[in-house]
Amino acid sequence: MLRIDCPWCGVRNEDEFSYGGDATVERPADHASQDDWYHYVYTRQNPAGPHREYWHHVNGCRAWLVVERDTVTHEIFSTAPASPNLPDPDGRAR
Amino acid sequence: MGQQFRTSSNGQIDRGRILSFTFDGKPYQGYEGDTLASALLANGVRLVGRSFKYHRPRGIQTAGSEEPNAIVELRTGPRKEPNTRATTIELFDGLVANSQNRWPSLNFDIMSINNLFSPLLSAGFYYKTFMWPPSFWTNVYEHVIRRAAGLGTASTEPDPDFYEQCHEHCDVLVVGAGPAGLSAALAAARAEARVILVDEHPRLGGSLNDENYSINGKAGSEWADEIHAQLEEMDNVRVFTRTTLFGYYDHNVVAAIEKVSDHMPVPHQGHPRQRMWTFYPGRVVIASGATERPLVFGNNDMPGVMLASAARAYVNRYGVKPGRRAVIATNNNDAYRTAIDLHHAGINITAVVDSRRQPDEALVEELEKLSIRLMTGSTVGSAEGHQQVSYAQIVTTQGDTLDPERIDCDLIACSGGWNPNIHLHSQSGAKPVYDDSILSFVPGKSRQSEVSVGAASGSFSLQDCLAQGVSAGTLAARQTGFKSRKMAAARADNESDYAIEALWISPTPYNKSYKQFVDQQNDVKASDVALASQEGFDSVELLKRYTTQGMATDQGKTSNVNALAILACQRGEPLPEVGITTFRPPYVPVAMGVFAGHTVGYDFMPVRRTAIHDWNTKQGAVFVEAGLWLRARYYPQKPGDTMNDCYIRETEATRNNVAIVDVTSLGKIDIQGPDAAEFLNRLYINNWLKLPVGKVRYGAMLREDGMVFDDGTTSHLAENHFFMTTTTANAASVLAHMEQYHQIEWPELDVVFCSVTEQWTGIAVAGPNSRKLLEQVIDIDISNEAFPFMSVGECMINNIPARLFRISFSGELAYEINVPADYGEQAWLELLEAGEELEVSVYGTEALGTMRIEKGHVAGSELDGRTTAQDLGLEGMANRSKHFIGKHNSERPLLMGEGRLQVVGLKSLEEDRNLRIGAHLVDPRVKLETVSQSQGHVTATTYSPQLGCGIALGLLRDGASRHGEQIEAVFPLDDETLKVEVCHPVFIDPEGELVRA
Repeated sequence: MLRIDCPWCGVRNEDEFSYGGDATVERPADHASQDDWYHYVYTRQNPAGPHREYWHHVNGCRAWLVVERDTVTHEIFSTAPASPNLPDPDGRAR
Repeated sequence: MGQQFRTSSNGQIDRGRILSFTFDGKPYQGYEGDTLASALLANGVRLVGRSFKYHRPRGIQTAGSEEPNAIVELRTGPRKEPNTRATTIELFDGLVANSQNRWPSLNFDIMSINNLFSPLLSAGFYYKTFMWPPSFWTNVYEHVIRRAAGLGTASTEPDPDFYEQCHEHCDVLVVGAGPAGLSAALAAARAEARVILVDEHPRLGGSLNDENYSINGKAGSEWADEIHAQLEEMDNVRVFTRTTLFGYYDHNVVAAIEKVSDHMPVPHQGHPRQRMWTFYPGRVVIASGATERPLVFGNNDMPGVMLASAARAYVNRYGVKPGRRAVIATNNNDAYRTAIDLHHAGINITAVVDSRRQPDEALVEELEKLSIRLMTGSTVGSAEGHQQVSYAQIVTTQGDTLDPERIDCDLIACSGGWNPNIHLHSQSGAKPVYDDSILSFVPGKSRQSEVSVGAASGSFSLQDCLAQGVSAGTLAARQTGFKSRKMAAARADNESDYAIEALWISPTPYNKSYKQFVDQQNDVKASDVALASQEGFDSVELLKRYTTQGMATDQGKTSNVNALAILACQRGEPLPEVGITTFRPPYVPVAMGVFAGHTVGYDFMPVRRTAIHDWNTKQGAVFVEAGLWLRARYYPQKPGDTMNDCYIRETEATRNNVAIVDVTSLGKIDIQGPDAAEFLNRLYINNWLKLPVGKVRYGAMLREDGMVFDDGTTSHLAENHFFMTTTTANAASVLAHMEQYHQIEWPELDVVFCSVTEQWTGIAVAGPNSRKLLEQVIDIDISNEAFPFMSVGECMINNIPARLFRISFSGELAYEINVPADYGEQAWLELLEAGEELEVSVYGTEALGTMRIEKGHVAGSELDGRTTAQDLGLEGMANRSKHFIGKHNSERPLLMGEGRLQVVGLKSLEEDRNLRIGAHLVDPRVKLETVSQSQGHVTATTYSPQLGCGIALGLLRDGASRHGEQIEAVFPLDDETLKVEVCHPVFIDPEGELVRA
């Protein structure tokens, strides 16, 4: 059972979240080549060790998060909002 | 007569409370405090089961959850539970237990003939024996194996009990309430940490209840009771008895099973049978003790052979003599205590057989004082007897086996040493390490916030257990943020060294071949381990799978280390080189019911009901599940109405007059903000920037891989305000998809949105008379000029505020009304009332589906995640001069080229025959034999009242250019073939004149 520290909701069980894929891949620009778009969708690294991935707090505050997780030990190093525009967890404007 | 094997005194049983029970139908009596195993032994019942493969007679070997042999079927009827361990079942009045895996009776078991064929049943026998011919697998082998190698049988009736799942947080979790665990819990609790203490047994104390220990000048069990009383008085402590921690998971989450009611005939009213606890501790102190391992000698599985510690536990804890004349066999000091305790209980110790040549001098003297015979440098070569031990053959460990001494006995209590219970430590992700001083594995470096103490860490001295418990509890409290006070450990009054010397396998008398069991539950012998090694299955993980060593309910608790040592001998390597298999949860068998908890039957999943649900129920509607929603499928009007009768009637009533349908379950998303149109423009393949306020547009969205994800209508309600509908099935995933792109990719877009599915009730009014009906209740002009096709506006339905959409799924002149959900039923009733003169009717999802097929609207079965906009005939909507999700990948050449499965209409060419969903579409010149000959499949079918024949939608290779072709729809499962004609998917009103009328 992973315990994920949502910046808004605090530490919650994995079953409140859904996995959202690799957060290290960047969505290509609109005019990028077909090849870039192909790789964006279909090719992934499969690192054994620290990795950045998206998690959606789907049964919670609905925020998309970037979670730094070790794929071998499952240790989580950090959890941050994926969006720069969501309100600050402490209530301050950002 | 009965309980002839009780001691005259001692034990934690209440001799004043007599409990009656039956085993294999025969009545017996025991006492409160007994387990089923101790009560059977008290009555002299020693044969309790037959072994898994060879059907050999088996007895009671242990006194705990490690029991491999005494596996029985407990209770009868719906509460019958197979494969329970007699050693863990608390006796209750009226208990019924039966032996397993025997026929016709336990004493005479026909299948014990397997014992003679044992050479055929050696390691990996099923991989060798049941190989060919393949047809024998389903017809012969499976039945034979299931019958012969079964254990107990489960009840086929529903479980009458219920189960709970609970969660609890704490700073320090202590596992096991023996001397170490009690000390740890008390130390942490005194530092004011929130402490949870769990123990498998009904009474705290662990080994202190089994042994003649003395602590601080009083009996060990008394000391345990005192600590328990102190803990119970502290608000920051929760003690769980009858609770076994069975799993250690990531992020320091652990799970336990609490057997709330298993010690009673039936649970108290309103109480669960069992509870599953998920604990979230800051730190875990594992004080789970150790498990003794047996010696491996000939016929060591015979009833009457028992672990030395178990014999002690039966005498000390249960007041039961496990035999009258005992041989004690050991390779360490510990079993000497068995000799002494059993002697004091009045059991005749015929010999202590010690494989070591020079045992501890103090112990030798003690035996001399008690006039107990000691044989050193010797061990039991074999147990002999019929169905139970009547004598032992003693051999020397130096290999002199030709002159074994025969010693009469009915009990062989043996100790091959102790294995720390490292299961939880291993489950936590850590790697155990081998400790040569105790010849076993001990916890290695911690990977999570846990520490093992006492016997679980390989420290077998009582004083060490007490001291380690205190320091681990103190440290755990400090590590979780509490100031700890110094606390002195309790004082153990008697101590002895452990002093083990290796003896992994005994020489056999006369060097004859004997069955020397390693894993008694799976009938794995030392020779099987050797054979597996010879055949190349010589890594520990392969050995386990090939021989099944370490599997089943005991998970090799008594057998693993012995098997590894014998494997190491075979490989000629030291034991640590061989390694150890990974321990996996659960530590003990856990009933499936507790994993389900309350989510069974009615509570299996939530049910979503629309505002019209009660009305539908009163009408006798037949419902269908659509995700979690219950939707009215059709409305029988008179007894005997079939589904076909109903949907044909409902379709005709809609097409010829007017009818209403509940469409609440569609996903609804409210979207607002200055960039709302731009957001939609990127989500959908079509254009949204120029949609005027008051207009609705049908849109399709793709996934990033270019496949169609969802479709639906979105309405422009007001400036910066849109209202999206999704398919019922995709409502949740579309919202998550939108959140993903808004939060991650396009945070610059000033837009907000949320699901309003449950806030609105949706009612479609369809049919040529739908306008006539609505005009009676509505406050706005809905003439075709004022409110043309694809309009949206606000209005009042009588006194109910509503949104009106001029959209059509049926292909008829139609409207969709949304009203706040609280007004849903009222609006429905008012429409029915207003339409009485028009003879308005209602329709369900079957008629809805029929009309959508007739109209060629694609839906879930065509949007199967593998179809592109072009495949579905939606490419015309796409604006490829703008950017949208999935644009680039939908343009990959193979998706745009020939050979794609494309949506088509299909008409049955045979009278009174309809197409079947899933049928393959095949060239009539080809006989369908392999799936590669299939050119597509049928996705949705119905009988069309409008066309008077069976019609369908399907996905056909290059189907868009094959209209008019005659092909076959083949359904191989039922050997059915139907001639069909390929046509345009829109069967009726292709120009859309009706919807615009």
